[in-house]
Amino acid sequence: MSRIRMAMLLFVASEAVFFIMLIIAYVVYHATSPSAADASRYLDIQRTGVFTACLFSSSLTMWRAGINFRTGRRRAALVWLLATIALGTAFLAGQGTEYASMIRENVIISRDLFGTTFFTLTGFHGLHVFIGLIMLGTLFGTGLRRDAVSRPEAVEGITIYWHFVDAVWAVIFPVVYLWVLR
Amino acid sequence: MNNESRAPGNAGSIFEAGEYKGLLSWLSSVDHKQIGIMYFVTSLFFFLVGVSLAMVMRTQLIKPDHHWLSPETYNQVFSMHGTTMVFLAIMPMLIAFMVYFTPLMIGARDVAFPRMNALSYWLYLMGGLLLYFGFFTGGNLAEGWSAYAPLTSSNYTKSLYLTGTGVDYWIIGILLSGAGTIMTAINILVTVAGLRAPSMKLTRIPLFVWMSSVNAVLMLLALPALNAALVMLYLDRHLNALFFNTAGGGKPLLWEHYFWFFGHPEVYILILPGFGIVSEVIPVFSRKPIFGYAFMAIATVAIGFLSMGVWAHHMLATGMNFTVYYVFALATMLIAIPTGVKIFNWIATMWGGSISFDTAMLFCIAFIIQFTVGGLSGVAFATVPIDWALTHSHFVVAHFHYTLLGGTVFTLMAGFYYWFPKITGRMLSEKLGKIQFWLMVTGFNGAFFPLFFEGLEGMPRRVYTYPNLPYLAGLNLLASLSAYVLALGILVFFVNLIVSLRKGKPAGDNPWGGWTLEWATSSPPPPHNFDRIPPVRSIRPLLDLEKAGRSTDAAVEASPEEGNG
Ligand code: HEM
Repeated sequence: MSRIRMAMLLFVASEAVFFIMLIIAYVVYHATSPSAADASRYLDIQRTGVFTACLFSSSLTMWRAGINFRTGRRRAALVWLLATIALGTAFLAGQGTEYASMIRENVIISRDLFGTTFFTLTGFHGLHVFIGLIMLGTLFGTGLRRDAVSRPEAVEGITIYWHFVDAVWAVIFPVVYLWVLR
Repeated sequence: MNNESRAPGNAGSIFEAGEYKGLLSWLSSVDHKQIGIMYFVTSLFFFLVGVSLAMVMRTQLIKPDHHWLSPETYNQVFSMHGTTMVFLAIMPMLIAFMVYFTPLMIGARDVAFPRMNALSYWLYLMGGLLLYFGFFTGGNLAEGWSAYAPLTSSNYTKSLYLTGTGVDYWIIGILLSGAGTIMTAINILVTVAGLRAPSMKLTRIPLFVWMSSVNAVLMLLALPALNAALVMLYLDRHLNALFFNTAGGGKPLLWEHYFWFFGHPEVYILILPGFGIVSEVIPVFSRKPIFGYAFMAIATVAIGFLSMGVWAHHMLATGMNFTVYYVFALATMLIAIPTGVKIFNWIATMWGGSISFDTAMLFCIAFIIQFTVGGLSGVAFATVPIDWALTHSHFVVAHFHYTLLGGTVFTLMAGFYYWFPKITGRMLSEKLGKIQFWLMVTGFNGAFFPLFFEGLEGMPRRVYTYPNLPYLAGLNLLASLSAYVLALGILVFFVNLIVSLRKGKPAGDNPWGGWTLEWATSSPPPPHNFDRIPPVRSIRPLLDLEKAGRSTDAAVEASPEEGNG
């Protein structure tokens, strides 16, 4: 196992604990607080479902990009990478509009326990997506230079991170959005 | 003992080694040895700060109805004492040993990510400074090192003690240094997994490295829980989130769960590398291999695993239900088993050995006895009714100082006496060492054994003074005077460090006749650590080398092809 790969896996394990804590907080308060019932009014499951699909498919495109990087097809890899960035950005944009419409209805972090836990959990996930986009952008930028020394470990590391961000959403989406569909 | 001549060009003292010259060489260093030394210096500095705060507390407690400090000040002093000792002194001092010696003991050139290593250090330093910056903003954390919400989370803090933002600086400081610690954990694990000498199989890894690795796993998995809690607290304070706000339905108990889910592994983080140091020192000074190597490694893993499942024993008095209590009390008592295995293994290692009572060894022996007292009081304490009677009393203070001070700090001292020659090329003075040892043993036991009785008498912790009830005055006076003796011992240690650095006896490569790889290179080691790495055929590669040298009288060449690759 390459050093970067192992380091990234360890880092992701550590981050997983961080998210587990935030998810537990969401679940505990959602199960016990009266404000939880309101949650279904503010969450647009269909729209978020579409953005979720974007995020999930970005894992697929990232995987294709990785294969092309490995086999030395730089141009194809860059196209897949660009697709990944586009899908990730779409997800973030979707989250932005969701936040905007909720805030317009005065659902904010200090309103009730739903607001507190919802914005903390999805906000930290969004932050991680954003950091992932910066990494992907850097990878894209260095990949553009023809003479760029290829760093397979870097691609590998960023791929692991990106899949992790995806996997976290694969837990958050059912917990936050599907749970309110009683 | 093979006291071979040093490699040419290495003068044998840290002051003459070119790579350590000049401020820039330190500021820009990515060498694990230099970063290790920076960790040592910084953590020793914070240790001194923590000890000074402790002396302030002991002076305040020296007599009943003493009004030298205001309650508000006393609260800040014990909170900062606890925080400093845990986060800025002891944990980084253990990390210093881990960062300095892990690569040397496994025959590596450096850690896996040298630049990340430097980043870890600088995050730690900046985090520590930020934490103390709180004092300049009107007051620091005053709620105890566990920073229980909602005391820390709501306006309560602001109205009661603080107009300033001490808790914010505390949060950010801990977050920063915590991020650095997580990086160190990753670094150590990847180093041990990937950079061992070719022939060093898992079963030949020195126990210090084993325990440091388990420690790294704990840091990796426990600190993010604290980080999550800190983030929530920060949101509560600044965006009026409601995590711990009871008025809004939040549960303060959540903070306790998260804090102790981190906090209990943390106290093992504070001892495991210490166990590792002891497991290196005792065999060398008993001239015997460690008894039950495999058991030691497995027991460490068991302790690490169990320590993640016992956090709620810190919360036995919070009104959760009894099933929860029993489960956690039982799990807590289970930890005593692997820990007991270790104690017996150390004793068995000494048994029948030809023990030389150098200072390092003395500290190990005192450690075993004191840690047993600390551990046993912990087991007693895990019994729910006893906990109810004694929680939040000075009994607790005695218990954890027996494990952290009588335990960890004593192992650290052993580590300093054992490895200082390797780091600097000079021996620490044994004469000062013995003085320090006896001052610390008498001072420590005098300062903390009475606290068990104070706790039984019902004296609560975290309270700035106490009424003149029977026994309390005498016990506290004894504790305070002994604490001064302890501090004197610590002072002697610092004098020894400074004097020996310049005037100590030259150490040579292997002054103690150690068997692990770090003794195969010069003292201090060259920037690349090893010219040639001896083959590792057992847990005592240097002994094998010596035997081979004696029997064949031929130079033994390193053979990187050999082994598991
Ligand atoms: C120089 C020797 C030391 C002395 C004399 C000393 C003394 C004390 C005393 C008297 C208290 C209790 C204050 C109270 O509750 O009223 C205390 C608290 C504490 N000490 Fe020490 N201590 C020493 C070293 C250490 C070390 C090495 C550690 C290692 C981690 C440590 C960790 C703590 C912690 C975590 C607390 C609890 C703070 C709180 O209540 O929030 N101490 N110490």
